[in-house]
Amino acid sequence: MTLAEGVQLVSFGLLVAMMLGSALGVVLLENIVYSAFLLGGVFISMAGLYILLNAAFVAAAQVLIYVGAVNVLILFGIMLVNKRQAFPQVKLAWIGRAATAAVCAGLFALLTTTVLSTGWAISSDAPAGDSATILIGEHFFSDYLLPFELASVLLLMALVGAIILARREYLPDEVPGEPMLPEALKLAERPRELVSAGQSSSPNPSDED
Amino acid sequence: MNQGIDLQGSFIKALGDMGLPAGAAKAMWLPMPMTLILVSATVSIFVTVWLERKISAAAQQRIGPEYAGPLGSLQAVADGLKLIFKEDIIPAKADPWLFTLGPAIVVVPVFLSFLIVPFGQNLVITDIGVGIFLWIALSSIAPIGLLMAGYSSNNKYSLLGGLRAAAQSISYEIPLALAVLAVVMMSNSLSTIDIVQQQSGYGILGWNVWRQPVGFVIFWVAALAECERLPFDLPEAEEELVAGYQTEYTGMKFGLFFVGSYVNLVLSALIVSILYLGGWSFPIPIEWMAGWLGVSETAPWLQVVAASLGILMTLLKAYLLVFLAILLRWTVPRVRIDQLLDLGWKFLLPVSLVNLLLTAALKLTFPMAFGG
Repeated sequence: MTLAEGVQLVSFGLLVAMMLGSALGVVLLENIVYSAFLLGGVFISMAGLYILLNAAFVAAAQVLIYVGAVNVLILFGIMLVNKRQAFPQVKLAWIGRAATAAVCAGLFALLTTTVLSTGWAISSDAPAGDSATILIGEHFFSDYLLPFELASVLLLMALVGAIILARREYLPDEVPGEPMLPEALKLAERPRELVSAGQSSSPNPSDED
Repeated sequence: MNQGIDLQGSFIKALGDMGLPAGAAKAMWLPMPMTLILVSATVSIFVTVWLERKISAAAQQRIGPEYAGPLGSLQAVADGLKLIFKEDIIPAKADPWLFTLGPAIVVVPVFLSFLIVPFGQNLVITDIGVGIFLWIALSSIAPIGLLMAGYSSNNKYSLLGGLRAAAQSISYEIPLALAVLAVVMMSNSLSTIDIVQQQSGYGILGWNVWRQPVGFVIFWVAALAECERLPFDLPEAEEELVAGYQTEYTGMKFGLFFVGSYVNLVLSALIVSILYLGGWSFPIPIEWMAGWLGVSETAPWLQVVAASLGILMTLLKAYLLVFLAILLRWTVPRVRIDQLLDLGWKFLLPVSLVNLLLTAALKLTFPMAFGG
């Protein structure tokens, strides 16, 4: 065994241990903040595995997008919505749990069949190495153009939605006859006068200077 | 083509001649450049801190540190030693694990990024194909450490500072990456070596700063914001947030944030000099001067002189930018958080997009000048 092979073997073992350990931590720990931080560990070790597979560009993209963007977004979500309140008991909660269990079991079965039916023979082609960046770009603009564009449309929709939520100029109509939503399902927001309503009936004009 | 000195090759060959197998010689070589870079990055902190104190003193018509070492140059070492021996306090209601991990996660990616900083044709730890992209990816890890530090301190100022730091570094990463993308488009490669090579043909006239003036300014502003330097040091704005995410930290954990921010400043200055100021190249190409003097380009002593001049030029350019950053810090007032986000999202982002489009158009129109 040469030096390079030994280093690869040891780092593979370390990365796999790190990935499995932090993935188990994400699922099993009670504290949701720990779970979010450990998720970052899972993403980082996956990037390490990509590097072992000679896919440096994919590894860097993994770090940039999953650790730098997705995980930070999750953390932001947790830290800004850190309301310590007990959730009200929902009726028929077992339906949700049963559905979750069914989906998980289905996913597990699907993944198992994929793992079993794939031929895991190592490809004899030379690894693309640094020219992988160019190859990925060519795929994006030829045979994977549709998924690529669909993903960008999805991101655009999310962007527009985020702006609408943040500006809060649009308030949903509340029909007076219908009962109000329970407190837990409402967005925590201060009710604000619409701009047009504020202009017509300003209670104290001297405040505006 | 194969210019410059191959230190690794000659080291392994020398050990091989002494009877060591090639694998062992390689294993002995591997830690050497890494240690060298770690040590020089650490020394760069002391230099930068000393510069900061002296320049800020000059800006305020004081003398600055004077007694520790010649011209006070050992003051930073004394401060570092003091921080090591300070008591390490973890607040009672803080989360000890995250509180300890936070500073480490902030510092490690910064040091890792030195992997791709070249000081010469072969004077780089690794010439990986995705070089500059790796730097962008690594610098996106730091917000996680800042959030961790801010959250685990169990202090509202820390949490606000951490959230501000993460928001700031995410928003300025986009103009930063777009400015880098324009440079990458011109050099047809993500590798830092190739980016410098592409600027090296015509001396100072070939540097990217002439072809990418807008990109240069955008990159510098965004890099200052990423380093949380004034005018963008919102996360630790003393008047509002005590000290932001560092509030509860003491001893060497506080020192790690300090180390991280100064190394990050030096690293950003190095990257600016690589991307826009020609990296290790001299304002007049060495090959031309050798031609005028009638010296062969492959003469060994010329190669040694060229390599030392390259290291000197890289450091000189980087420290010129550090000087500029320090001068900016002591002359410009801090912006407000809404002004900061406005500048990032409503000004730098559109301008950098237009810059990218213009670069693409110029590249198609003048492939000679803009790297076809």
